[in-house]
Formats: sequence, structure tokens, C-alpha cells
Amino acid sequence: MRVLKRTSRALIAALFAGSALFASAAELTIGLSAPITSLDPHYHNLTPNNALSLNVFEDLLSTDEFQNIKPGLAESWRNLDPLTYEFKLRKGVKWHDGSPFVAADVLASLKRVPNVPNSPASFAVFVRSIVEATAPDEHTVILKTAAPNPGLASDMTSVRIMPKAVAESATTEDFNSGKAMIGTGPFKFSEYKPGDRVVLVRNDQYWGAKPDWTRVQMRMVANNATRVAALLAGDLQMIENVPTSDVKRLMGDKNLAVAQVVSNRMIYLHMDSNRTQNSPFVRTADGKPMENANPLTDARVRRAMSMAINREAIVDRIMETVAVPAGQLLAEQFFGTSKNLKVDKYDPEGAKKLLAQAGYPNGFQLTLHSPNNRYINDEKIAQAIAQFLTRVGIVTKLETMPSNIFFTRASKLEFSTILAGWGASSGDTSSPLRSLLGTFDAKTGFGAANRGRFSNAELDVLIAEAAVEIDTEKRRAKLAQASEKAIEQMGLIPLHYEVSVWATKSNVTYVARADQYTLAQEAKLKK
Amino acid sequence: MFVFILRRLSQTALVLLVTSLLVFAGLFVIGDPVEILISPEADQIERERARVALGLDKPGWMQYLLFVKNAASGDLGKSFVYGRPALDVIFERMPATLELATVAMFISIFVGIPLGLYAGLKPDSRIAKGIMAISIVGFSLPTFWVGLMLIMLFAVQLGWLPSTGRGPTVEFLGMQLSIVHWDGLKYALLPGINLALFKLSLIIRLTRAQVRENVLLDYMRFARAKGLRKSRVLGVHLLKNIMIPLVTVIGLELGSVIAFAIVTESIFAWPGMGKLVIDSIFQLDRPVVVAYLMITVLMFVFINLVIDILYSILDPRVRLTAAKN
Repeated sequence: MRVLKRTSRALIAALFAGSALFASAAELTIGLSAPITSLDPHYHNLTPNNALSLNVFEDLLSTDEFQNIKPGLAESWRNLDPLTYEFKLRKGVKWHDGSPFVAADVLASLKRVPNVPNSPASFAVFVRSIVEATAPDEHTVILKTAAPNPGLASDMTSVRIMPKAVAESATTEDFNSGKAMIGTGPFKFSEYKPGDRVVLVRNDQYWGAKPDWTRVQMRMVANNATRVAALLAGDLQMIENVPTSDVKRLMGDKNLAVAQVVSNRMIYLHMDSNRTQNSPFVRTADGKPMENANPLTDARVRRAMSMAINREAIVDRIMETVAVPAGQLLAEQFFGTSKNLKVDKYDPEGAKKLLAQAGYPNGFQLTLHSPNNRYINDEKIAQAIAQFLTRVGIVTKLETMPSNIFFTRASKLEFSTILAGWGASSGDTSSPLRSLLGTFDAKTGFGAANRGRFSNAELDVLIAEAAVEIDTEKRRAKLAQASEKAIEQMGLIPLHYEVSVWATKSNVTYVARADQYTLAQEAKLKK
Repeated sequence: MFVFILRRLSQTALVLLVTSLLVFAGLFVIGDPVEILISPEADQIERERARVALGLDKPGWMQYLLFVKNAASGDLGKSFVYGRPALDVIFERMPATLELATVAMFISIFVGIPLGLYAGLKPDSRIAKGIMAISIVGFSLPTFWVGLMLIMLFAVQLGWLPSTGRGPTVEFLGMQLSIVHWDGLKYALLPGINLALFKLSLIIRLTRAQVRENVLLDYMRFARAKGLRKSRVLGVHLLKNIMIPLVTVIGLELGSVIAFAIVTESIFAWPGMGKLVIDSIFQLDRPVVVAYLMITVLMFVFINLVIDILYSILDPRVRLTAAKN
């Protein structure tokens, strides 16, 4: 018996020693919250894919944690004239296979982007404005556009550059098998198990700051509770998208560190401000169809709805303080926001007065539609909003559904008021202005996600002007002005900005990023 | 026997056709894959391009006819999300799921039957009552909760076993398997136990009921009266007779463990097919969902076939041709 005990003790000790060995300091295991669908950086424009590819590949320009643009593979860039951009490429950069990085690689990569077969969400939008790309010498690239495009620099933070030979011949399958995973980034590709993990190893030839990790495992652990448990158990040293309900507890744990930052995603309500009658889910106060009016077309009603919502309470109770109340399209530190826009104060009495002024002293009936698996706590937020609206006389019913059903129906304009979210991947207000608030028009590309079909001629002019304004400061002012116009008209009701949260073991630090990307090279070992 | 198998196969083809039609129609009604897959910031031109690229610009009936035409030559289409043949995407995940199912069924059978036998033979003992009480717990606790508790206890508190994921794999008989060595097997234990709990309880209760019924029958009394050794009475006479219902249940449960291990796979981040099919349903990745359900149908048909053949081996009175009626 004693022998048995001793052997089993020895066995357990050996096990522990084994696991300690695995967790050696230069290894990092990260828990991702969503599956990576492809390693081809030009195939599927999806946050998890984009974040992963940035570990291996790089862009001409990159962004810091607040999405400010900074040099990447291009050391500098400037406008030669409003239609011409010149990029000076970094010298001495090597591909993972040892060959030098030159301008021809950039041209070939730009060319591949719109031509990836079967792409479910392509990156073509980022190169569409380019009409001509040339390379006068090995370290200069000239891009010409048909119309002035101040967003080109930002576009160039979304186009991964690959070697010419790869760009010209590799298929999506070649990336998934690892054959074509040749970049210039801080990590080299090592292994990919679909739905399970991606393994990366340090690129010792990297031109920039060397990563602290010789080997990084990115494991896909979609279940929130499991991801947290795996961090607590020590199987993961870092996790992304910490569920709001666990943030406080993890912050109190001295073996862990939490990093958070307000993200570029705004949660909002979109109202049917297009149909002047018979909006499908608007009823009169006594439940009859509204045959010759739609209160939601009246900006005063939309403002009243905004005033009826207690954003502080939602952030405090439902989001457990892991969110920021919103008064415009992006949090104030982002480009193109306005300092003059403040969060609407919770004022139910004022909301009732405004409703009466608009001709609805007795309110009306409404159904709010919301997804229940897309945004953080989406269903609970929608419940709270339905109650807030009901309190000021807009008797609101709530219907929630999985996002795959929700977005199909919402885009067919089957609803009257929806709750949705918008992540501005470019980190400036041009994206929500153009897609959510511009007048729906397939020709201009405005309003593609404008599911309320809000339309305001003055606003359209401002958006169009900002879209071709090359001067940064003038563009910033134009976008701010457009934001003010949109919020004055309440084209949508901003609710809050989501906050992105990472948790790490206390010996690892991570600088939280507004673009929600989890990048291994930004995780540092505390010395 | 040959005719019997042939008949089964022709029925299968019909079932497959109906399944594909139902799934196709169902997913068509649910929603538009482009809305889910596309970057929300894409404009109208890009949305239209994606629609054409995925073949969704054609009318629904034509999409289905195209699918049937390709399926007849063994091509179930390319996944919208992964851009690879749907069957490849599924088969790549299959070893992980089969491993988990093997561990779970192993636990259920080799723990369940002995415990059930004991509880059936000594129904009044305290241990038997304890076993039955545990089996009720195993039945009634929700899988996801038990899974999280297992992780909290064995991975977070005690630190004995890894919390999530599949262990390192090694080449074994041409396949990449993790459970053939301890480093990999230890990853499969917690999810295996979690998945086995329900089946285990089922097998315990079923075995016990069968034993209780059979020990009273004449053949058992006769065997004992003949003076056979106890082990022979139990091991040969009793076990063989209670096996028939057990084999049916075990067979069907094996099918459901393989096809519907979704909850356990999600909780333990186990990269199997269940996890894949749930993701695919959310993303409306129709080719993968359709292919998955067709594989599931085939698997159940195959398992039932094996069960029927096993019957005839276990019980010579059963003739396979009887299935004609």
C-alpha cells in the first residue's frame, strides 16, 4: 500500500513537472473567442481572421491601439497630388523564406485582393479606388485613384502584403495548408488545426521589435465560461473577450491582470424613418394599425425615445460597467467625432412633453426587434429599452431572434425599430456615416446597412464632401459636422460603446486595442 | 442476408433525398448567408459580388437541383465559410469526435454494465441503492453544468487534468489520434466523462432491469440447478440474454454520441464535428449543414444494420430476412 502511495505521488509529481515544462516562459497560449475560418489573408474579411493574419503578414501601414495610422512596410507616405499617393518602402525587410521584400510584391498583392475565388466577404473594397499602381524603383510604390480618396491610407492598413510568387499563384487552400504562409511579420507560421488552434514561432529576422515569445499557440475556445476557466486553470495565459460578468472577479484576482479599452463598436437603435404610413410594427395607442402616419419619421419622436432611455443604468447594471454610454457614432477619442455632442440625459418627463409636441400625447405601440446572440448582452439590453420606452408612453413589445434570422429580415426592412451594433474598422466616423446614415443608393454605395432608410440631403452632401477631402484637419471637421447633423436628426439612437477586455496571467501584459485584435507581439512578458 | 442489405441501401437513398430537401428548404427559409458572412461595412456592390460568388443569386429550386446533380457524383458543394469541399471540412473534424465517442462509450459500457449487474443481482444492498441514486443524478443534471463543474474541480481547483482542448496527436494506423497515448488521453478524460454520464446512467438502469427480470426465469433456475459455476451462469447465460436490448440501445446511443456531442464539444473546446455544425448553422453555411446531416443519416443506417446483424448472432431465433415484412 505504501509503495502504491509513493508511486502515485511520484507519478503526480512527474505530471506537474511535465506541465510546468510546457508553460516555460517563452511560450504563450492565447484563448480566442471566435473560430478562424481561413488563413488566406485576402479571403474572408472577418475580425478573427484579420487579427491572426497580422501576426504573420503586414500591411503598408499599420495602426496603434487607438487606430491611429503609423508606418508599416512603408516607412513614409504622402500625397503627390490629390489623386496620387507615394509610399516609400522599408529597406532590408526579409520574407520568412529569406528573400528580400520589394515593390513588386506590393503590386502583386494589391492585384490579388479582388480576385480570390469564392470569397464570402472580400477585401476588394480596400483597393477599389485604385486605378493604377506602379513601382518607379524597388522601394517606391505609387498609387493613383480616379477621385481623391483620403481614406486610402486607412485602406492600406487592411491589405496584407505577400511575396509576388505567392500572390500570383497561391490558392486559399495553400494558405490553410501552410505552404503559402510567407509573410514579413513578427511570427512565422508553424501549424494549423482547423477549429482548434494555430501555432506560430518567432521570426528572428523581424525588422521591428522582437516578440517576447519563441512560440505562440492561438487556441479557439468559443465558450465564455470555459475560456475563463482555462485561464484560471493555467492552460491559457491570455484570453480575449472576457464576459462582462467575470471582469470584476478577474480584476480582484492577484494572479491575473485585466486590460480594457473602449472599442470602435457602438450599439444603437435604428428606426424606420422612411415609410410614412403602415410601418409594420407601429400601432396606435389603442392597438390599431397606423394607416396614415409613422411617428418614427418625426425627429422629435426619435429624440424623445433617446431621452427615455437611461443609458447609465444599462451600462451599470446590465453591462456591469464594462461599456460607455454613447452620444454619437464613436467614442470621442476617435477621428471625426464632435466635442459638442453629449450623451442624451435620462429625462422621461421631457420625453413625454416632446412626444405630446409631436402629436402623440398618448404615445403609441411599438415592437422592438433585436438579435440575441450577436452583441454583448444584446437581449437584456433590448428588454431594458422596451421597458424604458413603455414608461414614457411608447408601449413596446420585444421580439428577439438569432442573428442569422435577424439580419436577413432586418435587411428586408421587415421591422420598425431594431437594436444593432456597428464596428467602425477604419476607426473614424466615415464608416458609420456612410453605411448607416447615408441615403440608401447602390450607385454611391451609401446606406448599405441603413436599415431604417434614414435620409437627409444635407447630411449626404457633408458625407460626400468628407469622402474626397484630402486635408486631414478639414476632413476631421467635416466628419464632426456630419456627426452633429446625424445626431441632431437622430438618424439613429446611440446607446453605448462596447468595451473590449483581455485578461492575462499577471506576468503577461497586453495593451488593449480599440480594433479588438488580439496580437501576440503586443503581449509582453513582465520582467 | 444480401437481399436484406440491398433493400436497406435503397431505402437509405430515399431518406437521403428527403433529408437534403428538408434541410435545404429549412436553411433557405431561415436567412440569407450573405447577410451573416459579409463584412457589415461592405457596400451594395460587394454584397452582390458575394451573392454571385456563392451561387446564391440563382432561384432556390435551381440551387437545389444543382446540388442534387453534383451530389449524385459525390460532390456535396463547397463550404461558404471555408471555401473548401464541405465533406473535407467535416471529415477533418471526424477523428476528434470519434475519439471522444470512443472514450465516452468505453466508460459507459465497462462501468455501466458491471454496476448494473451488481445492482440487479443485489437490489437490496446499500451499494446497489447508492448506484441507483447516482444514476438518477446522472440522468437529471444538465450536461453543460456538469461539464463546467468538472472543469472547475479537476482543472481549476485540483489541477489534475487539462481544462479544454484536444491533446497532442500522434500517427496511429494512418490517422492522427490523440487518445492512444497518455499525453493526449488526459485531455479526453473530462469531456469523455461528461459525455458518458447520461449514457452510463441509462445503461446501468437498463442492465439492472434486465437482470431483475431474467434471474427469475426458468432457464436461470435450471442452470443453477444443474450446478453450473456462478460465473458461468452470469457470464454466459444471463449476460447473453440481457444483451439484446442493451445492444440496441448502445448502438443508437453511439450514433447520438457521434452526431450530437455538441454541448460537450462546445464546453470543452473540443474541435469535433458537433462544434463545426453549430457554427455552420449560425453562419448559414448550407453545404456543411446538409453534408453533415447526410453523413449522420448514413451513420445511423449503418449502425442499425450492424445491430440487426448482431441480433442474429446473439439470438439465433432472429432471421434477417424477417425484416422484409
